[in-house]
Amino acid sequence: MISRWRIAAALAVIGATFPAIAEIPMSERKSGYDFMGKQTQAMQDDDTANAGMLWVLDGEALWKRHAGAANKSCADCHGDASASMKGVAARYPAFSPALGRAVNLEQRINSCRAERQQAKPLAYESKDLLALTAFIGRQSRGLPITVADDAGTRKAIESGRATFTRRQGQLNLSCAQCHDDNWSGRLAGAPVTQGQPTGYPIYRLEWQNLGSLQRRLRNCLTGIRTIVPALGAQELVELELYLMWRARGMTLETPGVRP
Amino acid sequence: MAAARALINVPPKARRGEVIGIKSLISHEMETGFRPNATGQLIPRNIIKEFVCTYNGVEVFRAEFFPAVSANPFVSFTTRATESGTITMTWTGDNGFHASESVAITVE
Repeated sequence: MISRWRIAAALAVIGATFPAIAEIPMSERKSGYDFMGKQTQAMQDDDTANAGMLWVLDGEALWKRHAGAANKSCADCHGDASASMKGVAARYPAFSPALGRAVNLEQRINSCRAERQQAKPLAYESKDLLALTAFIGRQSRGLPITVADDAGTRKAIESGRATFTRRQGQLNLSCAQCHDDNWSGRLAGAPVTQGQPTGYPIYRLEWQNLGSLQRRLRNCLTGIRTIVPALGAQELVELELYLMWRARGMTLETPGVRP
Repeated sequence: MAAARALINVPPKARRGEVIGIKSLISHEMETGFRPNATGQLIPRNIIKEFVCTYNGVEVFRAEFFPAVSANPFVSFTTRATESGTITMTWTGDNGFHASESVAITVE
């Protein structure tokens, strides 16, 4: 009995210290922006060169458009987004007491559509959902990421961390092996980066399109040849939440431009 | 969202004779015509073919676009500020695509 306790205690120590060692110190955290070339940075910084702003403009139009059986627009309830949505994207994913789980911004938009507008949910990664997410995200640009770390979200953050540190796929890699341990390195000529989700949804030049954090996560998961969860899967939402928690205090750049 | 969105950046004021930078960005998928869809059939080409910028009706810049041009094409060029007036940018392309944006400039 005693030896079993000893093993449990030893495992608890490993469990408590190992991720803490691997994690990037707060002072060394860098946004993907800092890994980019000057020209790509200039694209993001200039609102007339940042293609993500095209979606922000679309989102602004959607914000005011009446939809669903209730024939309401987002603005009918939330008014001026620059006031009501300020800081909102910096707090997502968040715990939903009604659903009893963490939800990301896209899911929150869709639950608002279902409940208040009585409209059909927007498909994940559809142009309209990306546009609304980008528009709402834009209202938090320049603000620090402040996802909740409380009784509601703790379990989801831990679960996201477990996904992040778990080796998986045919390459048997964990997210942490690249993005915690080797972020100063390069992979096929491109910087590995720390995987800080500071600019989502991002306009990725490779995609020639705007895309969500989940799209980006699925890219990485495909890269390590693992089973890729569907868009909107809870596992991905929790991973998003862990990544946002990991980037807490960093500045939101939405809409970011990334190579 | 049928209408294309365009973002243009022209300095609102300039000195006479000054070289000014003009930037334009437009939302367009620039479908090349070479990509197959899920059933293996080619997706028809849908690109912007021409971009023209006029300054008080006088053409100052023109570009032909081809399938290799990226989606949401961004064009940056310079011209000389000659007089106050309007700078107009027009994009035309496949399937009757037409978009136009104008912006005023004051030259002192």
